[in-house]
Amino acid sequence: MHYLARLESESIYILREAYRTIHPLGMLWSLGKDSNVMLWLTRKAFLGRVPFPVVHVDTGKKFPEMYAFRDRYAEHWNLNLVCGECPPIETIDPSLPPAARSAARKTEGLKAIMDKEAFAGVFAGIRRDEQAVRAKERVFSPRGLNAEWDQHDQPAEFWGQYTTRMPQGSHIRIHPLLHWREIDIWRYTKRENIPIIDLYFSRNGYRYRSLGDQDITEPVKSSASTIDEVIAELETTKVAERAGRAMDHEDEDAFERLRQHGYM
Amino acid sequence: MIENTKDTDLILPVVVVGHVDHGKSTLLGRLLFETDCLPEGKIDSIKAMVNRRSTQFEWSFVMDAFKAERDQGVTIDTTQIELRTQDRDYLLIDAPGHEQFLKNMITGAANAAAALLVIDVVEGVRDQTHRHAYLLKLLSVQEVVVIVNKMDLVDHAQKPFEDVARQIRSYLEELDIQCQTVIPVTARDGDNLVVLSERMSWYRGSTVVKALEALSPASLLIDKPLRLPVQDIYHFDSRRIVVGRIESGRLKVGDEVSFSPTGKVATITGLEQWNAARKISAGAGESVALTLDRELFIERGQIIHSMNAPHVTHDLTVRLIWLARTPLELGAKLQVKFMTSTHQVTIAAIKAVIDLEELTFSAAERVQQNTVAEVVLHSRTPFAVDSVDELAPTARGVLFDTFNVVGGCVALNLPTSSDSRNIYPTGHRISVEQRVLANGHKSGVLWFTGLSGSGKSTLAMALEQELFKRGWQAYVLDGDNVRDRLNRDLGFSPDDRSENIRRVAEVARLLADSGNIVITAFISPYQVDRERAREIAPGAFHEIYIKAGVQVCEDRDPKGLYAKARRGEISEFTGVDAPYEAPEQADLVIDTENKSVEECLEMLASYVDDAFAYVPSGRKHVA
Repeated sequence: MHYLARLESESIYILREAYRTIHPLGMLWSLGKDSNVMLWLTRKAFLGRVPFPVVHVDTGKKFPEMYAFRDRYAEHWNLNLVCGECPPIETIDPSLPPAARSAARKTEGLKAIMDKEAFAGVFAGIRRDEQAVRAKERVFSPRGLNAEWDQHDQPAEFWGQYTTRMPQGSHIRIHPLLHWREIDIWRYTKRENIPIIDLYFSRNGYRYRSLGDQDITEPVKSSASTIDEVIAELETTKVAERAGRAMDHEDEDAFERLRQHGYM
Repeated sequence: MIENTKDTDLILPVVVVGHVDHGKSTLLGRLLFETDCLPEGKIDSIKAMVNRRSTQFEWSFVMDAFKAERDQGVTIDTTQIELRTQDRDYLLIDAPGHEQFLKNMITGAANAAAALLVIDVVEGVRDQTHRHAYLLKLLSVQEVVVIVNKMDLVDHAQKPFEDVARQIRSYLEELDIQCQTVIPVTARDGDNLVVLSERMSWYRGSTVVKALEALSPASLLIDKPLRLPVQDIYHFDSRRIVVGRIESGRLKVGDEVSFSPTGKVATITGLEQWNAARKISAGAGESVALTLDRELFIERGQIIHSMNAPHVTHDLTVRLIWLARTPLELGAKLQVKFMTSTHQVTIAAIKAVIDLEELTFSAAERVQQNTVAEVVLHSRTPFAVDSVDELAPTARGVLFDTFNVVGGCVALNLPTSSDSRNIYPTGHRISVEQRVLANGHKSGVLWFTGLSGSGKSTLAMALEQELFKRGWQAYVLDGDNVRDRLNRDLGFSPDDRSENIRRVAEVARLLADSGNIVITAFISPYQVDRERAREIAPGAFHEIYIKAGVQVCEDRDPKGLYAKARRGEISEFTGVDAPYEAPEQADLVIDTENKSVEECLEMLASYVDDAFAYVPSGRKHVA
């Protein structure tokens, strides 16, 4: 079995477990390379269907290419798209460093849409190799009544048995891509010919490795302008994937605090 | 450029375990540095953080991502990071060594194919060294490399290393864990990680990286018998699709497969997919979607298998690790999940608690947190499982209370399915087997339930007579011989009815223990009371529903009780002004409304034959 097939199979298993055990469900779609793969795997798991709403938590500050991509493929893939808005920056905890404060808007936007839709579970396309705090996550990760993550007392999770029941009012984050690496996402995108926003490809010597809000995301130096070139670059690079995401680097524990309060 | 990558199919997951503070995270951090696997700027950012905090640089800060972990200098939760060497990629899993975080250690280690066991040369083998090594065994992690760390504290001398090596080798040998290599290391300074250390010239064995490269990937399950636990059934369109992941073995379109525990059979007609080339076969590890040639009753939790079937039993002996703060007690009720099947279980026996240092078994009343024990799980719904030394994936269970994981277990020494229902443990000098041999049949309880007038007593007495004629030990407990004497203090309120049933169950248990087939004939209207009776006599209890509607029973009214109840002369009469809960899943249903007494008796006798007849296991037909 090729390792990509193994990764795919594991994700399909997780998606089907969640679909069977948690109701109602929603899937976060950030329009990036990872959540596109997650959506693709969902269609694999449910034989062409996406049997739950797909949620875009819109900060209003994404790149225009991202909005165009969203509108095109929501229709093309026949998605039940739900868009959530984020509150203004003035309402966010002023003790956070600036970029983290900006990112925290998304947490609040997510909480609002979660409340509105009353989701018991929500899929998020995070991966362990992106960020050291995410590396400590569970596949099925319970959240408290205010979406908070108790990172110091996570449930045991082994042998493919997940936490699927939670008290009323709290929810579970499900991470079907937790075991994927950045390079796996690209190899799979190539194998399956999954559409991708071209901001990921080099323009004037720079490309985005990770897409977030325009004002807090920087491109990295790169000449990779095709999927094959991106894969070749990743095989040798020593630059961290989220090096261009300002919110990760402001404080020692800025990202941990964001996640503790409900960030993805 | 998938074609050009090195052996990417072999990303070997390796967990690093050992006692707290013996240097697991330090080993990992330094190993990543030595093999040039840290991202650019990682060391600089840690150095900047250390300066801000005015603390010392620690290699463990690479792995310990939580602020609290760095503050306290202890790993709280497991993490994973990639290590690339020339030959292949590894997924290194850091596991916390503090006993308090054992659940996180298991979360990490359960994914591993091999382990690095780290031991501080000065402290030697400690509690968590034993516990972690034992858990590796329980988790079926086959290969272990031992790292004897902090060699700088003993001036890199050989003698202290040899002492620790000898100690751990003999322990692992007792556990039957393969340990090819023991390596002396000073993780903090990088000695013997990638190149052999000059400071330990007496050691010319493998470095840590060499030892990693010598590990073999986990054995393939594709050549084992087919096990496909049903995960879900989809009806998105006119097709009915059964989905799940193949845990072992393989299948192809056209294969005839069986379902456990129902024993039903069907032929695979298709493997459904989306956006993929047509597929006609699949093997271990693959998530599949099947169509079948016939409509069967299929539900989540059933196991699709080939000729070789899983064991089916209601009583399962498991080895478990208990993770909850409150101890596990005899009689505790829990949920256990084996792959996709969920069972409500009762702890029917605590056979032994295992001393992980001495590897001895001792009797215990309860199982404390982070302790390993052998217990018997009793479930009303049958388990379909394998024993762990045959097929690990379908032998593994995870225990839950309402919301939380409270333990993990593996199935041991499974009896064959035909013997598993009727045997009692007993402390007597005469064993269960001896009684069975003397009587020529097994013992147990046939619990008749049904409305007044349904025919319970009539059938019970007839069956007792039938069995007596065969020379079998059988005895009926009914209202007349129990209510008048043993239970004469009890009335007919719900509480009293419950107590009545409890006492009857206890008496039935004693009689069954002495070798009898006990037939009880009580209305026993409440499901919960019958459940409890089943728990009092675990494994030997057969719920027989003597079925007839209220109207029919009232027409029969052999004792004139319905008439009295209707006139209000007796109150709380079942079927008139007190409820009757029919069994949800009786072992046998006898429909006395539509069948004659003779037919009913025939059915009962044949059931008793199947359930209680003793067939010597070694008996052969003589020509």
